Amino acid sequence: MRLKSFLAAGVASAAMILAVGLAPSAQAAEEVEVLHWWTSGGEAAALNVLKEDLEGQGVTWQDMPVAGGGGSEAMTVLRARVTAGNPPTAVQMLGFDIQDWAAEGALADLNAVAANEGWDGVVPAALQRFAKYDGKWISAPVNVHSTNWVWANKAILDELGIAAPGTWDELVAALDAIQAAGYVAIAHGGQAWQEATIFDGVLMSTGGTEFYQQSMIDLDPAALGSDTMKTVFDRMATLRSYVDDNFSGRDWNLATAMVIEGKAGMQMMGDWAKGEFLNAGKQPGVDFVCFRHPGTQGMVTFNSDQFAMFAVGEEGRSAQEKLASAIMSPSFQSAFNVVKGSVPARTDVSDEAFDDCGKKGMKDLAEANANGTLYGSFAHGHASPASVKNAIYDVVTAHFNGEFDSATAVEELVNAVEAAM
Amino acid sequence: MEYGRYLRGWAQQALPRLVLAPSFATIVLFVYGFIVFTAYLSFTNSRILPKFNLIGFENYEKLFGLRHWSTAIENLVIFGGLYIAICTAIGLTLAILLDQKIRAEGVLRPLYLYPMALSFIVTGTAWKWFLDPGIGLEQTLQSWGWASFEFDWIKNRQMAIYTIVIAAVWQTSGFVMAIFLAGLRGIDNEIIKAAQIDGASNLRLYARIIIPQLRPAFLSAFVVLAHMAIKSYDLVVALTGGGPGRATEMPATFMYSYTFTRNQMGIGAGSAVIMLMMIAAVIVPYLYAELREPRHGR
Amino acid sequence: MAANPIETAVRTGRLTRALIYAALLVFAVYYLLPLFVMMVNSFKELDEIRGGNMLALPELVTLAPWIKAWNQAQIGVQPTGLAPYFLNSIKMVVPAVVISTLLGALNGYVLTKWRFRGDTLVFALMLFACFIPFQIVLIPMARVLGFLGIAGTTWGLVLVHVVYGLGFTTLFFRNYYAAFPTELVKAAQIDGASFLRIFYRILLPSSGPIIVVTVIWQFTNIWNDFLFGASFSDFDSQPMTVALNNLVSSSTGVKEYNVHFAGAILAAIPTLLVYIVAGRYFVRGLMAGAVKG
Repeated sequence: MRLKSFLAAGVASAAMILAVGLAPSAQAAEEVEVLHWWTSGGEAAALNVLKEDLEGQGVTWQDMPVAGGGGSEAMTVLRARVTAGNPPTAVQMLGFDIQDWAAEGALADLNAVAANEGWDGVVPAALQRFAKYDGKWISAPVNVHSTNWVWANKAILDELGIAAPGTWDELVAALDAIQAAGYVAIAHGGQAWQEATIFDGVLMSTGGTEFYQQSMIDLDPAALGSDTMKTVFDRMATLRSYVDDNFSGRDWNLATAMVIEGKAGMQMMGDWAKGEFLNAGKQPGVDFVCFRHPGTQGMVTFNSDQFAMFAVGEEGRSAQEKLASAIMSPSFQSAFNVVKGSVPARTDVSDEAFDDCGKKGMKDLAEANANGTLYGSFAHGHASPASVKNAIYDVVTAHFNGEFDSATAVEELVNAVEAAM
Repeated sequence: MEYGRYLRGWAQQALPRLVLAPSFATIVLFVYGFIVFTAYLSFTNSRILPKFNLIGFENYEKLFGLRHWSTAIENLVIFGGLYIAICTAIGLTLAILLDQKIRAEGVLRPLYLYPMALSFIVTGTAWKWFLDPGIGLEQTLQSWGWASFEFDWIKNRQMAIYTIVIAAVWQTSGFVMAIFLAGLRGIDNEIIKAAQIDGASNLRLYARIIIPQLRPAFLSAFVVLAHMAIKSYDLVVALTGGGPGRATEMPATFMYSYTFTRNQMGIGAGSAVIMLMMIAAVIVPYLYAELREPRHGR
Repeated sequence: MAANPIETAVRTGRLTRALIYAALLVFAVYYLLPLFVMMVNSFKELDEIRGGNMLALPELVTLAPWIKAWNQAQIGVQPTGLAPYFLNSIKMVVPAVVISTLLGALNGYVLTKWRFRGDTLVFALMLFACFIPFQIVLIPMARVLGFLGIAGTTWGLVLVHVVYGLGFTTLFFRNYYAAFPTELVKAAQIDGASFLRIFYRILLPSSGPIIVVTVIWQFTNIWNDFLFGASFSDFDSQPMTVALNNLVSSSTGVKEYNVHFAGAILAAIPTLLVYIVAGRYFVRGLMAGAVKG
């Protein structure tokens, strides 16, 4: 066996790689490193617009995508990066995570650029609650997703003569009709966050905005343990009876496909579902319709993707501010959100480029913002911190899967929230 | 016997230990140091990043009050027991069958081994499809005419944990086969021939003479399987994501989610300490049994 | 090692042999099914996957998913495909495997041929390193890498993989060298050969099988690692598995299963090749090393 030559080759190649690895890389004048989980076709391509914009200003974009688990893998990576003293310039982040990192003192102060561009005047207050900490801007919001939508197959609704339901009773009647006609009434994927997304809508519709505030945001034990909460769980159980047997573990986009293909009547899902319809060549208003979760008309539960800016020291500041400014520019906000299915995070962007559902989303957002009915979505981490959110997930998903009856679920909910605080 | 007296000079005497020292030192720091660090964190109220103010046993109290921590432990017992037993049984059977002068051994062996080479990031999707009653095995067999066939375990709270066993066995049983095959090939043929002359049947031959000689292989297989069972993370995430509900949660997924997703690092560290104690309970007796025979004088 | 594999002396009848072949084939089907599902679907159009049977052969064979996974798919903001990440993985895997194997060989050599008081305990402590759950080392490791100034570099990843591979590589070599005749080592010492010279001239040349085992084991584990690869890499050192994960698990977008499967197989080609080519040595090496106590 020519082992020596084998070993020599191994050592030589290792040495070569060492040389390549250590070769000094050409330092660009300015650069930003961005950690995010937008890696699927449309949204990644839309982010490329931002990259090109920055490169036009002489700032190099270093891309650090880590997908998986709705950003949870990226958050793990972020912890390692911050612990190592090597944080990225900007990190895609949701809701309470931004505030938690700000409390650790890890984020930068964007007040100079925010004041210069007047962010205070154009970003809804409900978003500022997450984008500012202790009076300082710490992150740049990219979009607003709204989660209390229902997506329905128009052919099925037309065939059965169903109008878009506006109340719980109308919803149940519609679902009965769809099920009786042999379709799956609700296309649903059995993953905790999807069940929580439905829970958002049902809770808002059953208890109204005040109850939503008390239970999901203030986490008031009286509201969590109330009879209204029991009704919410009862309604979840009712909805469960319209879901097919095979729902467990299904990805949300496969549930959307059931609506697209005419196997199922409707899906309760955030506005990102629209992308699936459009990609399948379906027209809003023609092939599918979108309406608010019945009983939540005029109310919006939202989540907002933001880029939290990490403290990177003086030499990185100028590039970071250029990035923040580019994210907040109306042209990027429009271009990105048209693709993503969400709506811009500032209220002064023209709706010209958006389709029907997008225009409606922007109008709803502006109205809800003006009327004070814009609330952070519990299911998407904009109502309570991650520990509480997941504790509620545990109860909602256990109940939906038949482990608890509604009375037990209410009890467990109070305990779980208390234990997670 | 001491070799030292053959050696000239102190440098030559110390060299072996100097060669070993860096490896040992890194392991002391990167394994035992980190274990101590984790144990310390489990007594703090760390949430998003490590914090160092002690709060006593609060995290452990919370941990054992959590319903799905007990689910996770139960699942580990069910999964671990079945996984180790089935892998060992299949691995041993395949090894014995392959050891019968099989012509196609060179083709079959890599077929049995290759699953170890694949990452579960995507293999999980293939398994998920296969087990899904709507598009997988159930639907396929029904469309081929077996209308009454049902296989919906992955959607069933009580049965889902067993589907994880199926996929896990798929991944590792070939590797266990390799360990046993190596063990079988190492047995002295003279013993087997002597038994055959005595008229022993094949069944008796294996049960009484060959399998008892595989003791080291059984132990190797057990350790590899036990540590894979305790560390099983990718598999659960890819197949069920811990669902339906939280029915297939395991200690490894539990620890990851509390440490990194739920921002309750203290509780996550507590579950890690319990996990390490479980690992030690399995591994330390093995190491003791394997290493206790004195080898001096060789 | 003997040139011919030693086979059993057990004799079997004709019927039994037929049954044995049948059983072996049934198992082959079990092991092949997931790969078959991935293969056939990677050659289908997405529409055909959505509507059709997952076990059916493609009606219309297309190579587009493979090309897309290789160099067109969106991994981050740019449509680079998996191709550029191969180099990152190789830059990480090759040094990590070479260094950990070499250290394992030296450790095994010391632990069996240069024994000292307490060596068994040292070995036991090193072996326990095989069983530490990787999730718990993430945060302290990040701090150490930051302290050393190699956070986010390929060399940081190499260090991590070497450290957590040492337990296994030392185990393999120790068990292999334990069976190596000590008389040869002693004779060389009497002749005045040095510590390293004995290793290089006497032990290493006969270590072929166990080197194969160790290299296969380390290569597979390091190539397939996601957690360390994602956490300790930078924008320019992300390995293959991170890219593959970005390809398949983006949360809000169309899931192109055909591209995912093609990407998964592409990503696994190096490890599959290693298993198929070196598989026969693997069993022989295991037989010589890992199984004997």
